[in-house]
Order: sequence, then structure tokens, then C-alpha cells
Amino acid sequence: MERITIDPITRLEGHGKIEIFLDKKGNVENAYLQIPELRGFEQFSIGRPAEEMPRITNRICGVCPEAHHMAATKALDALFDVEPAPVVKKLRELFYSSFYVTDHSVHFYALGGPDFILGPDSDPAERNILGVIHKVGVDIGIQVIECRKRNHEVIKILGGRAIHPVAGLPGGWSRAMTKEEQKTILGWAKENVDFALFTLKIFDDIVLANQAYVDLIVSDAFTHETYYMGTVDEKNQINFYDGLIRVTGPDGKEFVKYPAKDYAKHIAERVEPWSYLKFPYLKDVGWKGFVDGVDSGVYCATPLSRFNAADGMATPKAQEHFERFYETLGSTKSNGRYSPIHHRLATHWARIIELLYAAERMQELVEDPEITDPNVRPIITNTPTEGIGSVEAPRGTLTHHYKTDENGILTDVNLIVGTTNNNAPIAMSIKKAAKGLIKNGEVSEGLLNTIEMAFRNYDPCMSCATHSLPGQMPLEIQIHDADGNLIVTQSQYID
Amino acid sequence: MTESGKPKLAMYWGASCGGCEISVINIHEHILVVDEIFDIVFFPCIADFKYHHVESYPDKHIDVCLFNGAIRNSENEEMAHLLRKKSKVLVAYGSCAYEGCIPALSNLTTKDATFNKVYFDNPSIDNPDRILPQTSTDMPEGTLTLPTFYHTVKSLDQVVDVDYYLPGCPPEPPQIWAVLQVIVGGLLEGKPLPPAGAIVGAGTTALCDECEREIQEKSIDRFYRPYQLDPDPDQCLLEQGIICMGIATRSGCGALCPTVGMGCRGCYGPPEGVIDQGAKMLSAIASVINAGDETMEDDELEHVIQEVIDTIPDPAGTFYRFSMAHSILRRVKNGKGDS
Repeated sequence: MERITIDPITRLEGHGKIEIFLDKKGNVENAYLQIPELRGFEQFSIGRPAEEMPRITNRICGVCPEAHHMAATKALDALFDVEPAPVVKKLRELFYSSFYVTDHSVHFYALGGPDFILGPDSDPAERNILGVIHKVGVDIGIQVIECRKRNHEVIKILGGRAIHPVAGLPGGWSRAMTKEEQKTILGWAKENVDFALFTLKIFDDIVLANQAYVDLIVSDAFTHETYYMGTVDEKNQINFYDGLIRVTGPDGKEFVKYPAKDYAKHIAERVEPWSYLKFPYLKDVGWKGFVDGVDSGVYCATPLSRFNAADGMATPKAQEHFERFYETLGSTKSNGRYSPIHHRLATHWARIIELLYAAERMQELVEDPEITDPNVRPIITNTPTEGIGSVEAPRGTLTHHYKTDENGILTDVNLIVGTTNNNAPIAMSIKKAAKGLIKNGEVSEGLLNTIEMAFRNYDPCMSCATHSLPGQMPLEIQIHDADGNLIVTQSQYID
Repeated sequence: MTESGKPKLAMYWGASCGGCEISVINIHEHILVVDEIFDIVFFPCIADFKYHHVESYPDKHIDVCLFNGAIRNSENEEMAHLLRKKSKVLVAYGSCAYEGCIPALSNLTTKDATFNKVYFDNPSIDNPDRILPQTSTDMPEGTLTLPTFYHTVKSLDQVVDVDYYLPGCPPEPPQIWAVLQVIVGGLLEGKPLPPAGAIVGAGTTALCDECEREIQEKSIDRFYRPYQLDPDPDQCLLEQGIICMGIATRSGCGALCPTVGMGCRGCYGPPEGVIDQGAKMLSAIASVINAGDETMEDDELEHVIQEVIDTIPDPAGTFYRFSMAHSILRRVKNGKGDS
């Protein structure tokens, strides 16, 4: 059997390999996403003092260290059974919102940028953020750079370091915010709101205004009907920092809503011999393999999932865009909820609406007079036992679970990380895209990159700068359904 | 690909978190200058070059390769050899490549224990058939392979020769920019490069030299966990009994962690001339302990010191937080062969 290997997959954080097997006719028999790596944090954290976990587990991911830092810090709250003061919660959420602004904007400009601005089958040597700058000029690039710069400064001011922050403590935060810093950060938060709106305008002009891209987004090759997970507040609106975990079905109905501490009642993880990464699924539905549908326990935890799991957004501008998202993509509304959107490439759009929400939320929080209260570092005397903390990482619900001895030394650690939630859905998306796109053994580099787009919408990469100007987008690409015709791509690729 | 005549830059990750890539991007507007100066020829995080591209390059085709991440599995090691062969200058970029970093805390446990915890023994696992990832699996369509997970985490220079080391977890952007400028000066203008094996992008003395907290030569009776004390904002943390690794750590970051009231954990590695960071920290700890008075007998003195030391939880995992792979310990003994 002929096979096609994509190694490594690129424009993401971390390692991965795609293996595609073709049958005699040159059509896809099967495709696998393999994760060749394991670092073993759950084991080597045992024996460490629990309070070090916010500073140890952020090294799981240097793209979203803030997410691990925060999940770990919340696990410490639970471990020491301490309720953080309102100022502490607000400071943490402010820090976290600023992180979301930089993280989501980078993902959009680095992922959506190259594939949409230069085109899925453009020269791979140019199909990156620098190619985007070459194509559209530096002006927009500088706006993205400025956005990253001011938010990394917020992360450094509040968290101590721009990458791998250190300020999280059980029930507390290591430093308060001064009134002067509050003023500076407020100015930046407002700039973030403008930047988010600017980004949404770019998305409109480049993607939504281009029928070829819209067709790609709604094509069957990039569509899956699964369960969706996201954290919601008491009004079932999206919240990144805290709330209950809500899971909705492929039909849009609420399946379950639970506090993070009950995660192990609802989530189980499978092992496959061909990947180091486990495959979580919903326990109460059960594992039925890598398949869609209401009878399959496969769930997804991404910006699109948070949209589908929630009833709306908690800030006004983001809510307007939330409604427009569903109405544009043909969703219907009943009992206050939109029917779910299953098109995976729409995740890019959901992500930048979340960017707007994060910017608005940041502004609300920094305007709160209480947020400069200096009493942020309580002295904790409780004896630790067991604690579970969770947040919405940009890539999905993130859960940390610790057990300790009476001295706070870790005896057991379990982590279910954002992207891990999506391991099965990503594998399914790659297989479906490969099946839909590869026909009669005809393969080009651009086509293989289009298959990579099937994972990029879930696990976006980092990266710097820039974005694009409207007009003259490429795209002769035509995607049909799985039994449709050959996709013709002009590859400029020279090996 | 066009030949522009520009120097060629690669950035690759072994066992890493991606924070090193982010640190490069955090040089902010200077990234536009990097784009002007270099052609990027391999950078999986942001660009679409595959392994076969690198394999097809002539030897020494890459002028500068920033290799971050530790050597955790056979793929990491193979890539280290490949990139060494293809690169003129190979930089161990960041703490993992330099000295193992946090993933090298794995050297305090074993591969079997790690697999057991991750795949068999945790609250969310569903693995009744006790399946473990395999280096080779026969599927109906063909064989799937995975790299071998090593027993021991290694630094980059434990598998290939390294030209320079850039410490930090991750390195701080001003330092990164300064190092890139020096390398560019060498490549484009023939300026002298640092001597082979140099640690670049950092100071030489201890972090305390750049920390604004005041040292009063105080001794202490016990250590505190960071949640047991709200430390004085101006005084040395170690002298308040909060473990801070500054005294055993190379300067260069600007003492970021102590500035926000959290002890340094040593991510820049040991200062110039210090071989083992943990050993250096132990002797520093001994020097701040209130060791009683001259009337005490040796036994009594030892007992007093031990009591204070006992208030430090997990000295090995703290003092070697970032430098385990490079330390004199390397790993705990386990009676097994390496890798």
C-alpha cells in the first residue's frame, strides 16, 4: 500500500506526524495523526512541593504557559481549601484576559494568515508569517507586533515574566497592581478592543468576502458532528477563568454540566499503541472509535466548542459578533440557544470573536476600583490534601489534579491538557480531509498543506506579526464532498 | 527556493515547550530585521519546511541553528545529529538544550514509572488491556513507528558538539537580540565571534548582582514556603527564609522573579566558574543558616543545622530545578543502562 508521510506537521506548537495510506486506486484507505513525544510531567512532578506547580507546569507549553500557571494556581486554591479574595480573582482574570488577547491574535495571524492570505497551495518557503509581511507590507504587521508587545508587558507586570510567569500562589497572587499600572493597562485594554475589531474587519474582508474560502469552510471535508465542551458562567456565557464545565451534544442539547472537581466522573482517556498522546472521551457516552455522532464519546474543546457549548458572550460587542457568527453560518435559534455549527474551519472566526471578548473583559476588570487592593498575598496555614483546578486554555478545557501529603509534597498528579481533549477530533479531521481531498493518487504539496489545515484550526501555532490587506486573494481551489471530483491545485512547490 | 545570498537561519525544538520560539518572537519589532538579514530554512513552529528539506541541504548549509529543547527521545537525538551536520554554528538555545531544564526532573524518576503513571495509573485512564505506545505497530494498512522514549533526559551537548549556549527558560528578548547581532556581525562583517563553547546572552556573576533587594548578611532560623510568609518587598528573599536560587544562578534576566516577590529557581544555570548549581546552592544555604554559637558542641551544631535544612522541602528538585541533566548527578541511579 502506498503511503504519504507529512513529517513534521508545521505551524503549530509541538511535534506531530501524519501518515496517509492509499489503496490501489490511489484513494485514502486511512490516515493517522501520530504524536511522537512524551515528557512525563505527571510523574516527575511527584515529590515536588505543590506550590511549585504553577512554575513547573507552565513548562508544558511555552505558548500558553499562562493557562497552566492559572490551572495550577486554582488547583492550589482547592488543595489548600482557600477561597481567593475578590481582588485576587480579578487580578488573575485580568492577567488571563490579556494573555488571551495576545494568544488568540497570534494564532489568527500566524495560522489564518499564511493559509488564507497566501493560499493553501502557495510556495511553502513563503507560506509563513514573514511571507505574509512580504505580501501585505509591514504596517499591519507592526500593529500585530504592538499588540503582542503591550500584552506581554501586562503579563510581565502582573505575572513577573512575559513567558513562564511566577505570581500564582494558593489563594493569592505574589504582587498587587499599583494605580499607575492600572492606568497604563486600561489604555492598553482599550487599544486591544480596537485591535480585535480591526482583526474582525480583516477576517470579513479576506475570508468572508471570498466565496472560495466560504465554500472551503462549509465543505463536508472540514465538518464533524461531535460533542462540544466549554466553561460557562451562571448565565451559560463563556468564561475563560472560572465556571462550570458544560458539554453539549451534536444536536445542540446540554448533555451535562459539572464542576471541574468532577472531571474524572465524566472524562476517560484511552491509549493507542501508535501515539504517545492519549485520547479522552465522554465516559457516559463511551468510546466507539474515531467517529462522529451522538453515540460517540468523542468531544471537542476549542473556541468553536466553547461557542457551541455556551448560550452567548458576557460582553456587548462580542455578543453582537457571536450572534452574527451563527446567523451568517445558517444556524437557527430556539429556546435562547443557537443550533451548533460543526464546520471546523469556522474555529478561526470564533477565535477572533473570543479575542474581542477577552479585550472587553480586560477593560471591565481593569476599570474595577477594587483591583488595586494591595492585600493579595494571604498567609496560608491549612493542611493540603487534594485539589482540582481548571480553566479554559485557548486550546480547550485544562484540568490539573493534585494530591499531596500533609506537608504539601505531591503524591499524585493528573493533567488533562487543552489539546489532549482534541486528539481524537483532530485525528478524525485529518482523515476526513485526506479522504475528501486525495483522489486517484494525485497529490501535490499544496493539497497536503490543505490537509494540514484540518489540524491547524484546532491547535494553532504561535508566531509573530502581521496580517493582510483585502483583495486579490488566491484560490482556485475547489473542494467537493468526499465522493466528489478531484481537487486541482497548482503547486509551485519545488523540492 | 531562491538563493538570496543571505545567511540561513534554522530554529528547531527537541523536547521543549515552544517558549523558546515565543521568546524569539518576543524580540518584537526586531523580528522584521531578522527577516531582512536571514533566510529561514527550517522552523517547524512557524514555517512549512519538512525533515526531507533539511536532509536535502548540503552539509553546513545552515549558517545558524538555534536548537532548543532537551534530548528526550531518539527523534530528538537524530535531529540533533542532522542539524549539527547541516549547520555552521549550532547554538544550544534555552535551558532545555543547555542543561535539561524542568523536563530533566525526569532523571529523578524512571521511564517505567513515567509510563506507569501516564498510561496505567491515574484517575482518568481507561486502559484495561494495558496498552503502551510502541515504537512499531502493525496496523491493517501498514506499520506505524514512534521514536524511542529515552530513559534519561540529556542536554544537547551530551549528544553533539555545541558552539554556543544561550541560557534561560526562556532567554530574555534583549539578550537574544544582542546575541543575534553578534552572530550577524561575524557572518556578514567578519567581526570576531565568541570563542567556541561560550555562554552567550547572559552575565557572568550571580543573579544577586542585578537584584534590587537589599542584602543585610542576616542569618535565619528556618525556611518558609512562599505561602507561609508575605515577604518584605525590599529585603533579600533568602535572608527572609524564602528559597531563592539567585546566589547560585547566572545573571542576565534582570532578577525578574525576586522583583515580584518569588524566589529565583535558577533557569539561567550556574554563574561563570561554577560547575554544579545544586552544590553551589547547598553551600550558599549553609552560609545563611543561623548556626548557633561557639559554645555548641559539634553534634549539637550539626543537629541545629539539620533542623533548619529540614524546613526545605525537596532540595534536589529545587536546587537542580533546571540543571539536572548537566549536573554532577545527571540522574538517580536505577540499575539500568542508559536510553
